[in-house]
Amino acid sequence: MSERPGIMSTLGALIRRDLLLALRRRAQALNPLVFFVIVVTLFPLGLGPEPNLLQKLAPGVLWVAALLSAMLSLEAMFHSDFEDGSLEQLLLIPQPVFIIVLAKALTHWLLSGLPLLLLAPLLALWLHLPGEAILVLLITLALGAPVLSLIGAIGVALTVGLRRGGVLLSLLVLPLYIPVLIMGAGAVDSAAMGLSVGAQLSILGALLAFAVTLAPWAAGAALRISVE
Amino acid sequence: MWLWIHKFGSPKYFYNVSGKILPWVAGATALLIVIGLYLGLFASPADYQQRETVRIMYIHVPSAWNSMFIYLLMAASAAIGLIWNIKLADIVAAVSAPIGASFTFITLVTGSLWGKPMWGTWWEWDARLTSELILLFLYLGYIALQSAFEDRRLAARASAVLAIVGAVNVPIIYYSVQWWNTLHQPQSLGVGMSTIHPSMLWPLLIMALGFKLLYVVILLMRTRAEVLERERNNAWVQELAQALVGKSVIGSANEYR
Repeated sequence: MSERPGIMSTLGALIRRDLLLALRRRAQALNPLVFFVIVVTLFPLGLGPEPNLLQKLAPGVLWVAALLSAMLSLEAMFHSDFEDGSLEQLLLIPQPVFIIVLAKALTHWLLSGLPLLLLAPLLALWLHLPGEAILVLLITLALGAPVLSLIGAIGVALTVGLRRGGVLLSLLVLPLYIPVLIMGAGAVDSAAMGLSVGAQLSILGALLAFAVTLAPWAAGAALRISVE
Repeated sequence: MWLWIHKFGSPKYFYNVSGKILPWVAGATALLIVIGLYLGLFASPADYQQRETVRIMYIHVPSAWNSMFIYLLMAASAAIGLIWNIKLADIVAAVSAPIGASFTFITLVTGSLWGKPMWGTWWEWDARLTSELILLFLYLGYIALQSAFEDRRLAARASAVLAIVGAVNVPIIYYSVQWWNTLHQPQSLGVGMSTIHPSMLWPLLIMALGFKLLYVVILLMRTRAEVLERERNNAWVQELAQALVGKSVIGSANEYR
């Protein structure tokens, strides 16, 4: 038992493995980002190009699009591992299942949440969002996107064993995303109107702390049930 | 105490005892709802501002209380089933979900009907109505997950995790919706519940108690049906069925299967 690896090295190894797998299937990893861009593009086309209207709707549009693109890529979190049986092997390693879920959620965030941070300023400019609001948008995405990955992990863990889990997953996860949406879009909205955003950012931070500590635990319990 | 829980947790014992309790609870429910409806619809005064429409409250508010109460009870029951592996708790959680969803739906419909004369629109993004709508989504997700699994045991355990996660989230959702509402609509549209007159409070409380008991009655009936279905291959259920319809029918039904 002396050669048993530590928690941090396990976490690192799991993330490295999943990132490598994603790198081998680059097109698949890019899909959620392209989806994000396309959804945001649809809104000016549907609503008309009037700058005032777009600016007013921008926080909500950007956040809803981020929510949907995070949700679309969720299924990949456990699906292929479940299909080829490596998920069962992962659950057998002598580390808490908490660590496995945390690694998976972190990878999902690195692949779907982090790139949004780079794309969001560009799309925000398209929607005529003012400069300070774009900065707040980035902060809310930085705080909120990991929460989406962590809560999403619970949903995927519950549905991974089911044949048609996709639509069910959105039904389970989207209601739980509502507080993040309200706080994220609310903060950007306030910033665009020149109001203080401390309260929303604090609550988003609290949600993140809450999700990091509790969500992997619930998702782990769900995984154990799903692979049974 | 533990002995009693184990005894009550056994499906057969539950079936027998609940059968004896059920008529009494059903009678009390009918009595309370009839009294509550009479007091609410005829004996209580109309509101000086809302006039007769205030009477929707006697259905709307008890349903709303029930919808939240049932979700918590469902989550608690699911957790008990998950932790102590009690079959009856799983059944209670599973059959509670559609009842809770129905009360939530009634709350939304009556709220919408009340909103028309009060606010002038069928739907207002009022904090309480919006939270009820999200609660309905949570119920629907729970029911969908429950029915997605073939195996009953797996369905109970997976949906128990979801119910617990949902129960943790309900207060967060509630307060974020309330906050969102105050940001977007500074004017208050709420009905002053704290300043309610006793002549309206009494019918409301009686109706609330009646609705709670109505939930108990439906819960007992559905749980009994579910117990019979799940235990249909056990000796005591077979005996019960034989006593009910006679040997020949059951015998031929079994051959048919």
